Amino acid sequence: MSNIQQLIGYIFIILGLGFDIFGCIGLLRLPDVYNRLQATTKCVTLGTCSILFGTFIMKGLGTTGVKAILVAVFLLLTSPVAAHALARGAHKSGVKLWPKSVVDKYEQDGN
Amino acid sequence: MKSKIVLFIIGFLVWSLLTWPLDLQHLIVGLIVSAFVAFITGDLFSQRPHHFGHITRYLWFCYYVPVFLWECLKANIDVAIRVLNPRLPINPGIVKVKTTLRSDTGLTFLANSITLTPGTFCVDIDAEKGVLYVHWIDVKTQDIDKATELIVSKFEKILKKIFE
Repeated sequence: MSNIQQLIGYIFIILGLGFDIFGCIGLLRLPDVYNRLQATTKCVTLGTCSILFGTFIMKGLGTTGVKAILVAVFLLLTSPVAAHALARGAHKSGVKLWPKSVVDKYEQDGN
Repeated sequence: MKSKIVLFIIGFLVWSLLTWPLDLQHLIVGLIVSAFVAFITGDLFSQRPHHFGHITRYLWFCYYVPVFLWECLKANIDVAIRVLNPRLPINPGIVKVKTTLRSDTGLTFLANSITLTPGTFCVDIDAEKGVLYVHWIDVKTQDIDKATELIVSKFEKILKKIFE
């Protein structure tokens, strides 16, 4: 039982680490701040939640496990809000989109 | 008053989970703290507290969670494929989509869902006009109706049943 628990926990943690790495590669490779936020928000949120869920499975319903789940929920709620604030702030302070971008309706509407 | 009670229950629940192995000391402190917080900020918490009593909303929320997690997983795989592809297949732009949601909580959840689903990322909300500005990593259409259909409609239907 506890071996299987450990194994499943490790699988989730490794998956999470993988997603985190993809997020970081995205941060380095993508051209402008908005595309970078896309990659990092998505990958780092789910990656970190996956690591926390793996911790929960390994530790069970103890002090650590419950806290891990709680942190995952808060992360899911707050991380997109932070990204949203960053993108909006960047656009308001005049950071341009990547020159090859197709369209910017936000600027056309005078924001 | 109802809003205060709801906030008290939620605050007490979060406190209990934070100090998980339940014991009397923590519960008493938790009762005092959440009562204080609910007393001070309770009125700000929810404009329509009677919504918390509707069972169907919770059922729709239970349906929303797996849908959301599945989309989130797809988004991650999508980003991984784009980032690892040597040609970097992106075609970004900011498009405009419409929404019929009006409540603050509904709009927040919609924006968060859009941010965590494949290829899209919410930049700004105009709540009065019901318009969201969405950064799309692979712009398929610039038309407002088609973009709405592709990005928003999936979640809007569910969120409408939960928050409106």
